[in-house]
Amino acid sequence: MLKYIGKRMVHLIFIMIAVSFLTFLLMYLSPGDAAAKKLNAQGVAVSEEVLEKTRESMGLNRPFLVQYGDWALHALRGDLGVSYKDGFPVTDKLVRGLRCTAILALTSLALALLTALPLSILSALHPDSLLDNLTRFFSFVGNSMPNFLISVLLMYFLCVRTHLLPLVANESIKGLIMPCLALSIPICGRFIRQFRAEMLEQLGKPYVSGARLRGVRQRYVLQSVLHNASISMLTIIGLSIGTLLGGSVVIETIFRWPGLGKLAMDAISNRDYPVIQGFVLITSTVYVLINLLIDIAYSWIDPRLRETGGGA
Amino acid sequence: MKTRGHKPASLRRRLFVFLALAGILVIISLLAPLLCPNDPNATSAADMNRPPCAEFPFGTDRYGRCVCSRVLMGSRTSIYSAVALVAMTFAAGTALGLMAGWYGGAVDSLVMRLADILLAFPQMVLAIAVAGILGGGMFNAMLAMGITGWTLYARLARAQALTLKEEAYVHAARLSGCSSWTVMTKTLLPNMLGPMLVTAATQIGVMMIGIAGLSFLGIGVTEPQAEWGSMINTSRAYLQLAPWAVLAPAAATILTVMIFNYLGDCLRDYLDVEVAR
Repeated sequence: MLKYIGKRMVHLIFIMIAVSFLTFLLMYLSPGDAAAKKLNAQGVAVSEEVLEKTRESMGLNRPFLVQYGDWALHALRGDLGVSYKDGFPVTDKLVRGLRCTAILALTSLALALLTALPLSILSALHPDSLLDNLTRFFSFVGNSMPNFLISVLLMYFLCVRTHLLPLVANESIKGLIMPCLALSIPICGRFIRQFRAEMLEQLGKPYVSGARLRGVRQRYVLQSVLHNASISMLTIIGLSIGTLLGGSVVIETIFRWPGLGKLAMDAISNRDYPVIQGFVLITSTVYVLINLLIDIAYSWIDPRLRETGGGA
Repeated sequence: MKTRGHKPASLRRRLFVFLALAGILVIISLLAPLLCPNDPNATSAADMNRPPCAEFPFGTDRYGRCVCSRVLMGSRTSIYSAVALVAMTFAAGTALGLMAGWYGGAVDSLVMRLADILLAFPQMVLAIAVAGILGGGMFNAMLAMGITGWTLYARLARAQALTLKEEAYVHAARLSGCSSWTVMTKTLLPNMLGPMLVTAATQIGVMMIGIAGLSFLGIGVTEPQAEWGSMINTSRAYLQLAPWAVLAPAAATILTVMIFNYLGDCLRDYLDVEVAR
């Protein structure tokens, strides 16, 4: 077990080095000169002399790998540079944003799971019943709706037509309702679909028929079915974290939620490259770490995986 | 084992119905310039935010442009870009995955490690960053989605190639003196195409949503070119005044994505293959 975790940690380190390198490369290859971008973002008139001085002070005249090494070493110490726009440390901005995004994303994930789990279990237990058909319809529609579209439709029906909710999200429960719904409906749709398929697959296995023939009560059958289905359910949840992080950019921009996504979109429109860089790095780190935890959880759920040391 | 509760005949009927619906959508987008009731880009101060009427079936937007014509023209952007993106990522991913599975060794490590690294980024996060930095445009938006898109097909093709490689007919082809190229294209590729194509079909809707999302954020297809995501974005500020300018492209998006998603599902059920996610 410990050996497996150790192996995964080594793998993680390599992945993170590659991720940070790609993130840095992305900014390095971005069109235009970083010094000119910084001065433009600050609204300073650009002359050749000022430009040369800024380039020198930003260390842009050094070779590429030296620049990357310097940036990566600073990043390791939690220093992602300062924003071109206002000179504030990028890390501070990101930490503040991460808090808001975490609230939004975790609430949405909880909402999606609380809806999807009971619905998918019930509809797998009663295939082709009315509930099953309704659930599948909801999941299909949810899966086909882009989150920005759900947001705009929610705004139209809940704010413009009925004045039930405020248009701009604030940190009250009421302000969270629309962004959470918009973020969780597509994910919920996907969860139901995949959870239901997994439940059906497990329910069709011989151990279930065997247990039923022996007269084991439904509750206990369901317990083992859920236990066995939980591995692929965890995989699906892990993948959805990426959708949540990407979706939060759209949702936060629409509802003006002060999270990472809004920070990133503001940075994109201001050409504030250190902030974009920090955003990409922090979201992928979170994503990779969560999926590592899920991989470790596999072997906790399924003791067979401890022997071989592999994930599902 | 799989209780889908459908007879093959009804499966085939469903498949044909949705193939026909998707075909109609493609034909509409092909004929869009002929079907438009008005010039999609003509602005008119006198016709700003007009509700739906005989002249403008879906009303007009804040520049007085015909929403119906713009939705029709937007279908080209949305459908073509999604289909083209899926076709390109499919081709690139399949080729790379096939080579990785067949040759193994260094080629395999190189391709799969690259895929691993790209999969460490959440797809939309990387797409937003890339499109945001490159600064909009349909090509950049497609590039941004495609950077991670090919990994799905590469992993699938590699897994298939690894299984098929041990089949007797592949050994036979190899022993009869076929080159690697012939084995890959003539024996491996045709046998893995079914599940791969179904996966590609289910991805059309996903890519459509992705490109529309980027356009909605203002870093995909940009004005004045008509695209549903950007139409919804620019019109949502006028949601109270002219809801039709948002609702028409919204309905078009939902309908199109649903038809393509359902078509993918029908294909999957009909061919009875597992789909990668």
